[in-house]
Amino acid sequence: MDPLALARWQFGITTVYHFLFVPLTIGLALLMAIVETAWVRTRNPVYLRTVKFWGKLFLINFAIGVATGIVQEFQFGMNWSSYSRFVGDVFGAPLAMEGLVAFFLESTFLGLWIFGWDRLSPRLHAACMWLVSAGTIASAYFILAANSFMQHPVGIEVDSATGRPRLTDIGAVLFQPLQLVTFGHVLAACLLTGAVVMTGVSAYFLARRRDVDVFRPSLRLGLVGVVIGSLAVIVSGDVQGRVMTDVQPMKMAAAEALYDTTSHASLSLLSIGTLDGSRETFAVRVPGLLSFMATGGVKGTVEGINDIQQQYQQRFGPGDYRPNIPVTYWTFRAMMGIGFALLAVGLAGLWLTRRRRLPDRAWVWRLATLAIVLPFVGNSVGWIFTEMGRQPWTVFGLFTTSESVSPTVTGGEVLTSLVVFTGLYAVLAVINLRLMARHAKAGPVSTADALASVRRRDRPGDGEGGSSATEGQDAPLSFAY
Amino acid sequence: MLLNDLWFGLIAVLWIGYFVLDGFDFGVGGLLGVLGRDERGRRVLINTIGPVWDGNEVWLLVAGGATFAAFPQWYATLFSGFYLPLLAILVCLIIRAVAFEYRGKGHSDTWRRNWDWAIVACSVGPALLWGVAFGSIVRGVPLSSDHEFAGGVLDLLSPFAVLVGVTTLLLFLTHGAVFVALKTTEQVRERANRLAVRLGVSALVAMAGMVLWQSQLRFDPISMAAGTVAVLGLGLGLVAARRGRDGWAFAASAVATGLLVASWFTALYPAVLPSSTDPAGTLTIHNAASSPYTLTVMTWVAAIMTPVVLAYQGWTYWVFRRRISTRQIPPSQPAGQAEAQLDDRAATGAGPASA
Repeated sequence: MDPLALARWQFGITTVYHFLFVPLTIGLALLMAIVETAWVRTRNPVYLRTVKFWGKLFLINFAIGVATGIVQEFQFGMNWSSYSRFVGDVFGAPLAMEGLVAFFLESTFLGLWIFGWDRLSPRLHAACMWLVSAGTIASAYFILAANSFMQHPVGIEVDSATGRPRLTDIGAVLFQPLQLVTFGHVLAACLLTGAVVMTGVSAYFLARRRDVDVFRPSLRLGLVGVVIGSLAVIVSGDVQGRVMTDVQPMKMAAAEALYDTTSHASLSLLSIGTLDGSRETFAVRVPGLLSFMATGGVKGTVEGINDIQQQYQQRFGPGDYRPNIPVTYWTFRAMMGIGFALLAVGLAGLWLTRRRRLPDRAWVWRLATLAIVLPFVGNSVGWIFTEMGRQPWTVFGLFTTSESVSPTVTGGEVLTSLVVFTGLYAVLAVINLRLMARHAKAGPVSTADALASVRRRDRPGDGEGGSSATEGQDAPLSFAY
Repeated sequence: MLLNDLWFGLIAVLWIGYFVLDGFDFGVGGLLGVLGRDERGRRVLINTIGPVWDGNEVWLLVAGGATFAAFPQWYATLFSGFYLPLLAILVCLIIRAVAFEYRGKGHSDTWRRNWDWAIVACSVGPALLWGVAFGSIVRGVPLSSDHEFAGGVLDLLSPFAVLVGVTTLLLFLTHGAVFVALKTTEQVRERANRLAVRLGVSALVAMAGMVLWQSQLRFDPISMAAGTVAVLGLGLGLVAARRGRDGWAFAASAVATGLLVASWFTALYPAVLPSSTDPAGTLTIHNAASSPYTLTVMTWVAAIMTPVVLAYQGWTYWVFRRRISTRQIPPSQPAGQAEAQLDDRAATGAGPASA
């Protein structure tokens, strides 16, 4: 068994799986912080019930995101030790920063948030969720800086003795243009994911007219998030495409399966051809759009795969520098299609629910709930595109994937961990989905229960109570596992 | 070079932080069935670590990340060489993490019992395996001259490594029992205190043997001193536990855990992963390290962030400083309410309990 192929499958499976949960965590944390701030500001119990409802789903999702995240950090050393040796001087720094700055922040303040309802003032409690949100966003920033370095290595010089890159400018790694636009793109996708889930789950309840006071505001907040998120995804994706054309022309040519250098390049919306994409039998094309996306002008020249392959052979020596074209072609289209589809969902939703309207037709609501699947597919294909599109490199232009794999780890060992992780992740996926669905369907807690969990003196209309018997030694915990 | 020493020390501190903090989480998880005899007792135990276990586990992630940043050669050899034990640890940490969260979210007794078993197994497993791993590091493993691991799984299971594993397992169980005593009331607290003393004696014996053996393998006066004080500290902790001085007992078991880890690192210094075969394969703080520039950058980040992290983690422990009693455990689930009422009825011997 080939350890390289197995290690690649493992990285793909564990990473895509991990990134199913991460965007929801990032997006929902921000939306929950907004709702909890509304509770602090207005002391309207509806917002408290709302944040508690989303909190349950958030925690189920967060647990599995954390659990699968540990594997992410360890498998660089386990399966990709040569890669770790090669880039350690550069790549380890953002990873360590992620731990010190982000992981401590999100996990510690989430612990305070979960268990602190009756220990902290509402203002401080809401601040905890803002800090959790800041932690999740900071985490995304550092790990994307590490990934952007792999896409476009900067801030280094190659050590003549070891042949390895040596970090010379941490600022370049943390703030290169590709990193800034990638961060914007991913953050927008995370907001979009959280917002679509909020919209879809709210739609489930509103279709049945259950807890309308909780889910109408949630629906509107979700829809606004969907529109802002999808617009930001589209705009940042457009800028990213242009940066990418500069730094990784092969990836963008592969995204379009553009074999020959072309000016006025058209973008195919749909193409049916031979499986490897080299010959096209039927296509729907928008003239000039690819040139526009890549260069900013409809007449711009876009380099083709064959020409770039020749340039790379001159630069890097003989070899095949083409990524898997059908994968890049189709994942690119799926990603873009989903972005635009969700913009349509958001705009239609805002229109249909304008001025306190709630549509009667069941299929409208069902469609909104089904849309929950879309951002998860979009996030996955987006990463598959950007990582597969970088092949055959792990660090573009410096180190290939086949050089990166651990030399001492056997195929049997990688297969063992592949089977164990895949099996475990599959079981956890089933449990996780069932728990999420069950807890979503159970609906929000009652106003009385929600208020009972916060400190007595913080309850609206109950300001005189102060500390009382309910806060003595034997008072039930406001939250307990 | 000073930077390399500094980072060796910092990584030692991160591992000390991880074992002192997640050590009692492992102990509490491992003793779930023994100390928490009924559903409420078990929930009290889980809730003593509920607000903090996740933050404690981050110490491991940061230790791993810092090793990658400061000593990439160490990270690469260690993680690829210790492949299967690490796989087992990762699987345990994954299951343990979701178990805490999912356990209370199902409705049946079978559901909860299965997760209880998962928590026990996935706490005992890493408590043992981390010790085995560090025992192998201290003893040394076969490394080729290009620093690649040149052994098999059996090279990681030397008698010394197994003794270190048994030591950490017993120590973490003791540490966990002492923590439970500190955080609970009445019967749970008394049971925990009694168990801490009994477990602590065997931990003490294992640890003393380990410290002696370690001094034979790699004699270093500072390491020997740290190990000896660790053993003495644990002994004093047991006296405190016997007298019901929970705070002192916990402080002592924390110091013992920290010093034990310190004794590993001081025994290793200046090596980070000694080779048991080709001496040229030994990884040290010099040949495993990142460039001075990277170490300088990371020093600034660590100098700024570490005090902040310590401050807010410390504050968390302050916020949740109160003991938890079985009476404070709320009925969690809609379906769990029926069960909780049954519990009440059984406890009071009376008719239907009113909420």
